[in-house]
Amino acid sequence: MSAPAEPIAQAKERTRFWRAPMLQSAPLRISVFVICFLWTLPTAGLFVSSFRNPQLITQTGWWTALIHPFEQGWTLQNYQQVIGSNGMGEAFLNSLIVTIPATVIPITIAAFAAYAFAWIPFRGRGILFTIVVALLVVPLQMALIPILKLYSGLSLYGTFVGIWLAHTAFGLPLAIFLLYNFMSQLPRDLFESAAIDGASAFQTFIRIVLPLSIPALGAFAIFQFLWVWNDLLVALVFLGPGVDVRVMPTALFNLLGAYGGAWHLLTAGAFLTMLVPLIVFLALQRAFVRGILAGSVKS
Amino acid sequence: MAEERTQGSGSYSTSRTVLVGSLIGLLLAVIGIRILIDREGGQKVLASIYDLLGNTAGAEALRNGQGDQFFAKLLLAAIALLVGVGGIWLLFTAASSLVERLRPGIRDRILPWVFVAPAVVLLGIYLVYPAVVTVIGSFLDKKGAFTLDNWASLATPPFVEILRNNILWLLVATSGSVGLGLLTAALFDRIRRESLAKVFVFMPLAISLVGATVIWKFVYAWQPPSQPQYGLLNAIWTGLPFGFQPIPWATQFPINLPSEMIILIWLQTGFAMVVFSAAIKGVSTEIIEAARLDGASERQLFLKVVVPMIRGTIVTVTTTVAIVTLKIFDIVMSISGGRNHDDVVAVRMFGEMFQFFNDGRAAALATVLFIAVLPVMILNLRNFRRQAAM
Repeated sequence: MSAPAEPIAQAKERTRFWRAPMLQSAPLRISVFVICFLWTLPTAGLFVSSFRNPQLITQTGWWTALIHPFEQGWTLQNYQQVIGSNGMGEAFLNSLIVTIPATVIPITIAAFAAYAFAWIPFRGRGILFTIVVALLVVPLQMALIPILKLYSGLSLYGTFVGIWLAHTAFGLPLAIFLLYNFMSQLPRDLFESAAIDGASAFQTFIRIVLPLSIPALGAFAIFQFLWVWNDLLVALVFLGPGVDVRVMPTALFNLLGAYGGAWHLLTAGAFLTMLVPLIVFLALQRAFVRGILAGSVKS
Repeated sequence: MAEERTQGSGSYSTSRTVLVGSLIGLLLAVIGIRILIDREGGQKVLASIYDLLGNTAGAEALRNGQGDQFFAKLLLAAIALLVGVGGIWLLFTAASSLVERLRPGIRDRILPWVFVAPAVVLLGIYLVYPAVVTVIGSFLDKKGAFTLDNWASLATPPFVEILRNNILWLLVATSGSVGLGLLTAALFDRIRRESLAKVFVFMPLAISLVGATVIWKFVYAWQPPSQPQYGLLNAIWTGLPFGFQPIPWATQFPINLPSEMIILIWLQTGFAMVVFSAAIKGVSTEIIEAARLDGASERQLFLKVVVPMIRGTIVTVTTTVAIVTLKIFDIVMSISGGRNHDDVVAVRMFGEMFQFFNDGRAAALATVLFIAVLPVMILNLRNFRRQAAM
């Protein structure tokens, strides 16, 4: 039995229930090291190559550059070329234009809806929320053909507004579901005292529910941001390959098709698309993990 | 406390400025949307600004598709962010402050609808309505007459191959990710720098599938035997003392199938690991201790005690990863477009839409994916009902 006087020690012990000698075992530590090494190696190859001289990339393996680091002619030229003449710079801007609203809009809409579902009784609430749960796993492929037809009629194809709305709708079921789960756990007293103070439903939402829901909002925001930033399918279908609107995954995809063997462009381009997600990941690791855990119901 | 209350009730009175301000803001947002829908919107706005400032040459250049294109783009980005982020808030503020002016009886009935309406409308337009149209469309030919041809064509050899590939993805990529996730979670749980080790396996999850495909295509790169192998895998393969010939891992059937699946496993293992790791830590210490006292070995402990206790989590992770593999698109699309006997449903659907312009067959393929996730949907609904009942 654990000592009730030391809850912290108990919690610490709980995270490490394996037999202590195992912590020291060499085979274990070596296998963990090998796994981490193998997992990082492909990305490392890409990263190193993106700074190498274009001719050398396809003449020698990238690992030779690490063995003889001073005979390589390291260069930023690959990045310059891919940002400038291959349009990765503009794609970066387009990705920001697409991703930020496509993250903020669904969160806002979902937060209002989740609040109403959780705390304001109205007719049809149960059925509507059941539909939201059912929509959680509907493949977005089901939406592509009809929405594309709708878009060409409304001339929304290839516009930022069009893709915002598409990403918003595709992200909504999960967002509503997660925020509902969170908001419905808030204590009832909060709402009663706000009502006594004469706060309207809107004011209660803005001043009480939203600030308290920041952990859930943040977790979903990270999940949706990365989802939209990394998405290829929705971008290909609704934005298309036009240089003025295409996002980074589309630009990288075009690079793969057009210059399949131009590794100096592909490595630099791929690393550029990874830059923002990696920064988000490294800076907000905890919230990122929460977002991934939270998003695990998403398909 | 009391002071806060009085202060609070004072600031809770609705103000007319909020209403008027948000309505004006909404009007501006509508103008912004019109600019955004226009493909040359940014250039036109900047040209008008230049005209106002008397810079006619600059305005002319912009209208001809030259001049300060970069500034036009930045301007467009600013408008986009203002409209996209601000517009949605203005919409809710304006609607709520309008409704709050109504008589209490009517207001209380309308207000919840103001809150849920945008979500309901979007879900209706973008998911419910298209799902119905797509199912119906799978039974229509190009002229809109009823036909079973779309479905019948799925039984022909190319589509049987596609369905086979999807099933292989489902089985191999899912079990690979879940199995490796469980293994890494169990191993990492026993070392000191657990969170550091996790970062390495978890990081790929932040990367886009297209980016991951580029990374691995470089690992799989192939050169004729006479030339130096710059792809890591072929360099190791030909360097082995058996005189192996280089293999085009990413393009030669059937080796390309596992090569592509490894990319997804590389990405998804981190997800499975993190979820499992959290679950393993939730297993009660008393049960572990009891099993140890009964003389269970570490391996028995894991397989016979820990795994059964986190079975629920294993099911959740497996279904989540299974749904991802089922809809796999980016990897196959970026590596070959499905041209090397590695085609899958989502890639072929894209091809039917944009290459063959056969919407009926594309709809049938989408419906196949939908049918495949139906059991998960029913499970979700059943779980939700049970929770709601409690």
